Amino acid sequence: MTQDVRTLAVTVEGGKLSVRTYGDPSKPTVLLVHGYPDTQAVWDGVVSELVDDFHVVTYDTRGIGASKGPLFKHGYTLELLADDLYAVADVVAPDRPVHLVGHDWGSIQAWEAVTRADSAERFLSYTSISGPCLDHAALWTRAGMRKPTPKAAARSLKQALASWYIVVFHLPVGPRVAWRLGLAKQWPRIIRAIEGTRLDPSPTLHRDGSRGVLYYRANMLPKMRHPEERPTTVPVQVLTPTGDRFVTPALAAQAPAPWTERLYVRKVHGGHWIVVKKPALIAERIREFVQSSIATPGGPEPVRSLLRAEAKQGTKDRPEFEDKLVVITGAGSGIGRATALAFAEKGADIVVADIDAVAAARTVELVELLGARGYPYTVDVSSGEAMEAFANDVKATAGVPDIVVNNAGIGMSGSFLATEVKDWEKILGVNVWGVIHGARCFGEMMRERGEGGHIVNLASAAAYTPSRTLSAYSTSKAAVLMLSECLRAEFARYGIGVSAICPGFIATNITRTTKFVGQSAEQQERTRQRITGLYRRRNFGPDKVAERIVDAVRRDKPVVPVALEAKAGKAISRLSPALARRMAKIDPTG
Amino acid sequence: MSAGHSALTLDAVSNKTGPTPEALQRHRDAQALAYRCAETVGAGLEAGVTEREVARRMRGFLRENGVEDFFHIPFAWFGERTAFRSLKGPWTPLHFFPTNKRLKEGMSYVLDCSPVVDGYVSDIGYAGVLGKPGDNRIFDALMRDLAQYRTLILDRIKAGDTLSEVYAAVDVLIAQQGYESRHKVYPGSVIGHQVGRMTQRRNMGRYAFGFGLRTLETLGREIVTEGIKGRSPLWAGGRASRHAPTPGLWAVEPHIGFRNVGVKFEELLVVTEDDAFWLDDDLPHVRRWQEQARTAEPVLEGAPS
Repeated sequence: MTQDVRTLAVTVEGGKLSVRTYGDPSKPTVLLVHGYPDTQAVWDGVVSELVDDFHVVTYDTRGIGASKGPLFKHGYTLELLADDLYAVADVVAPDRPVHLVGHDWGSIQAWEAVTRADSAERFLSYTSISGPCLDHAALWTRAGMRKPTPKAAARSLKQALASWYIVVFHLPVGPRVAWRLGLAKQWPRIIRAIEGTRLDPSPTLHRDGSRGVLYYRANMLPKMRHPEERPTTVPVQVLTPTGDRFVTPALAAQAPAPWTERLYVRKVHGGHWIVVKKPALIAERIREFVQSSIATPGGPEPVRSLLRAEAKQGTKDRPEFEDKLVVITGAGSGIGRATALAFAEKGADIVVADIDAVAAARTVELVELLGARGYPYTVDVSSGEAMEAFANDVKATAGVPDIVVNNAGIGMSGSFLATEVKDWEKILGVNVWGVIHGARCFGEMMRERGEGGHIVNLASAAAYTPSRTLSAYSTSKAAVLMLSECLRAEFARYGIGVSAICPGFIATNITRTTKFVGQSAEQQERTRQRITGLYRRRNFGPDKVAERIVDAVRRDKPVVPVALEAKAGKAISRLSPALARRMAKIDPTG
Repeated sequence: MSAGHSALTLDAVSNKTGPTPEALQRHRDAQALAYRCAETVGAGLEAGVTEREVARRMRGFLRENGVEDFFHIPFAWFGERTAFRSLKGPWTPLHFFPTNKRLKEGMSYVLDCSPVVDGYVSDIGYAGVLGKPGDNRIFDALMRDLAQYRTLILDRIKAGDTLSEVYAAVDVLIAQQGYESRHKVYPGSVIGHQVGRMTQRRNMGRYAFGFGLRTLETLGREIVTEGIKGRSPLWAGGRASRHAPTPGLWAVEPHIGFRNVGVKFEELLVVTEDDAFWLDDDLPHVRRWQEQARTAEPVLEGAPS
């Protein structure tokens, strides 16, 4: 922790708050409010991430930690808690508004504060983590009950089940005594067991846990019984941890929508105590929001994921992939180009990579015809260095992608003994190493960003359909299929989905460029023409594969065989491998 | 191509087995009339008009100008139908007929008519958009890129390629440009067909499946007689088109599409024993491209060298 920390006490009605400030007071102020049963120490990790750029302030809320407060529940109404928050802000930043961040009960208090009439003069922005405005939540629940569609009922039920502890806290005596009698001692173990988060127990935890119960008792029932309409003009960012056991994403995202002018709802991968577990991630989300033009007049354009997170009115008309960034290799033709167009049509911006600069530029032109933004790149996917440079450039220019389609691939056909070492190197380089590099470079970025994502790898029906004429190609595609399955298992914990697409005979220019080993140039040309004709008559276009790719991303599908022959091949490989082996002996190119 | 140059070429033609210069002139006149019809009707289109009404207007215009018969009835397609896409399911041949679909601002349209004047056939296709340039960016791009097909087809025919080779070259260009072949949707997936003079009077003005009965008779006869010589009067990508074009007149109609917009041109190509040329260069789409070249639009990337 930085040595810049200063401690001060702020006297408020019925109590005295222990406040800590960090960093240069001339920098923009970020005020962090902790939740239950934590103290301001819960922010330590986030503070050290933010302190270089901001004047950071934390405090123990009334009656908690080093702060003093009344002994009875009337002293803990949200009215008073919001007064405290204003009082702290007035002391640490007397002449200018601050950026507010709240977690759990701190978020509930902060909502109360930013929904006051004059809040825009005190707060530039508000980032809410895992704590709804109680009035918004009550109104949202009521709206759900007025229109009890099965979906709305399920949502409300889910949230009600997650709120079991609130009921427990209203039981007389028991919960408070439990904190005193050893719950405090067990608390870190419980949290580690259910959340996987290591908390440093505060020495005052037994008292805080017990005292905090008064927060619930003073506010829950009155707010649920008589919710007020509490709008705000302060821009609000709601971070919804995907694994939150106490606040469901539905509540966090939907409840504030009618009451906010500018609302940004962003998923963060983690549990309820994500502020402790992933402080760098939370600090980054705060920084992105606070520094953008949304919260700071004259600031830079918001990052892509913020733009995407904006909850607009009439969200139903919004294109499905608006503001998403899709990276596609081999996007200069065939399935890659069709996929670029399919995503562009649904609102995404596209990074178009191809080894052929002219083809990539052309795809960008088409992407732009559909009203999306395209970024052309000329890349050889088989080169690790080139891919690394490419990925870094993409990150700098367009941002971290949300979807990566490792599509680039080449064809090769002929007998194994005629396939030379350089042929093998070539096909494994593009078809296997290309996918490895793509998944490695961009997967790392996605993991770091913590918002999840999706990786699509183009395998082939050849991955599970043996053929005497496709040893090299099938081997490369089998590798892609297995790599995808393994990655899927590994990346699930980061919220990154992985899909393998296994197309059959798709009419693309792969047949015009396939190398038929062991054939003379003239023979090759004839074979190519014949196979191209066969594929054309099969009449299964790349646009149909593209639709399946979009669908695979939408539904996070593991393995997607495309076209009848691919499905049949899969069935045969499972039901009768012997039949598959017999079919493998046929030479369709001969 | 200047008029003087045309005249020279016509002399050359007259020495071969192809149509006489007089016959070419009559075909050229019929084609000019057909394009005048499309341009006039196109210029008069208004929002809300239906395909059927527009087909009726074309028919009326041509009848008023002395046309007694059609190779096929006039067709008009609007919006997604210019790309031969039906919003309600798969496209069937019945979908080619004009419907009650209404034209809207910014919507693309294709007019296709084939007046027969004194037996001399023409067959043209004309693409446009209701509105000004820029209202439909996809249309503008398609129309700009369509120019390359006129050059490509003529160059490849002059180079002696077979019809199926030219067809494949067109497919490659379409793939490079990132568009879709829409002529593959035509019956037989044809990009063109032979035309000539229809002399018999029987069955004039009678139609089946949108095509004049005389057309079907002529075509049927040709398919048989040409088939005996191993040639086809229909120009597609298959085995039947694996021959150099038969000397004479060919209506060529590359039709390309992108998403829900399609464009085409259709005009007559004159093929002689050792040469080929477009029957007329003074046509709306050619003038449009010449105009664009003059205003020096950047050359399209992705074009084959």
